[in-house]
Amino acid sequence: MSEPAAAADTLKTTPLHALHVELGAKMVPFAGYDMPVQYPAGVLAEHLHTREAAGLFDVSHMGQAFLTGPDHETVAAAIEALVPGDIRALEPGAIRYTLLLNEQGGILDDLMVTRTAKDGVLFLVVNAACKDADFAHIEKHLPKGVALTRLADRALIALQGPKAAEVFARFAPEAATQAFMTGQEMSVAGLSCIVSRSGYTGEDGYEISVPQGDAAAFAKKLLAEAEVKPVGLGARDSLRLEAGLCLYGHDIDETTTPVEGALTWTISKRRREEANFPGAKIILDQIANGAPRKRVGLLPEGKAPAREGTEITDKSGRKIGVVTSGGYGPSVGGPIAMGYVETGSSKADTGVELMVRGKGRPAKVAAMPFVKKRFHKPGK
Amino acid sequence: MSDIRFTDQHEWVRVDGDIATIGITDYAQEQLGDVVFVELPEVGKDIAAGDEAAVVESVKAASEVYSPVSGEVVDVNGDIEATPAGVNEDAMGDGWFVKLRLSNPAELDKLMDEAAYAEFVEGLQ
Repeated sequence: MSEPAAAADTLKTTPLHALHVELGAKMVPFAGYDMPVQYPAGVLAEHLHTREAAGLFDVSHMGQAFLTGPDHETVAAAIEALVPGDIRALEPGAIRYTLLLNEQGGILDDLMVTRTAKDGVLFLVVNAACKDADFAHIEKHLPKGVALTRLADRALIALQGPKAAEVFARFAPEAATQAFMTGQEMSVAGLSCIVSRSGYTGEDGYEISVPQGDAAAFAKKLLAEAEVKPVGLGARDSLRLEAGLCLYGHDIDETTTPVEGALTWTISKRRREEANFPGAKIILDQIANGAPRKRVGLLPEGKAPAREGTEITDKSGRKIGVVTSGGYGPSVGGPIAMGYVETGSSKADTGVELMVRGKGRPAKVAAMPFVKKRFHKPGK
Repeated sequence: MSDIRFTDQHEWVRVDGDIATIGITDYAQEQLGDVVFVELPEVGKDIAAGDEAAVVESVKAASEVYSPVSGEVVDVNGDIEATPAGVNEDAMGDGWFVKLRLSNPAELDKLMDEAAYAEFVEGLQ
């Protein structure tokens, strides 16, 4: 049997590292960190548990920072110079998913921006593998009076699943009424945390920024709740793929624009009109006239998973694209994938072939998500 | 009488007369994690030792199963095609992949016996 090679260099660790080892996790290198890919329950059970109850994820490797300035308008303008999302319009407590762009309209990273309750303070969460480059890029472009402060002393714990709210309310009653895509500072089990109702699984849940020294004890408290089990990066990947969410460096990168990446929805009307974000000329032209390729969902008709890198052809065998994420969807009960195809072949139900081990296998372009999202809406 | 041998790629081969049954070891299924897909060869295909005999995919990745010996495929395990989790449940028994009619039994001598394989796996942990 062939096995994927693992590199064991000098890896960084998160504040929960000892807990992962204690829980029997299989540790792997990821974005420079020694991270749990799975616990003894295994990827399949962890995935399904998250969809049925609540999964706890260590995402402390991600980059957290405050962007501070004299007032909201100033900090919003500072970050809007680098992203196409409408940050200015955010109400206090609202979160926006947006993209750091290069001058060609390519995506440097995707990130979450929260307008905190304090005027002139934004809370940023970026990808682990990109965080050093992102923060350097942001700092380089900041106007006078706006500063970036990395929060390297904070862990980030995600609690995701249909039971997440019920469990979390035992530690932070305030969080129960929080709407999806909002964040606020609050006391959780006596700790000063930033709680975002958001996630990367397609489920309701929270991402909790917690002081690193208290993180392991807090994670243990959550794990002591009957509904909560630890979930590793393996299930995090299958959960987000079923939810149709992009993995940076795979489904989007510096060579893909938001239009190609099917993320045009992240660019507001005002930002399109102002056309003052990096790569605006290219991106606005693609919005008006179409992009050459588009990110789509793919549903193989057989049982064989199509992994990243799998060539996509049309029915005549001509190459029209490539799979960027693919595997087995435990909740779907079969293989799922996403990838880029020529825009002419990007409509749902278009028949394509996936070249798996030299054989064309029929698949259909499919709408995403592959599973129904169950986010929390106020009043529910 | 049956005799079991192992490769350093974590395949096993059990020989009964001139029929070799091939599968992956318990250590291999443990390393792979949940098996979600198995692709087996056509009956009648000739496979040489070291060639790909099958493909096994877990939630994490696809891996090739290489044949430890040469021969003609005489049977494949349809049960694991229908229920891939069977590989995790009984890798050394009901989770077998293919049966070959041995064309060169001398190849078996190059493979590890049970004690040697146990020692080999010990060395990996």
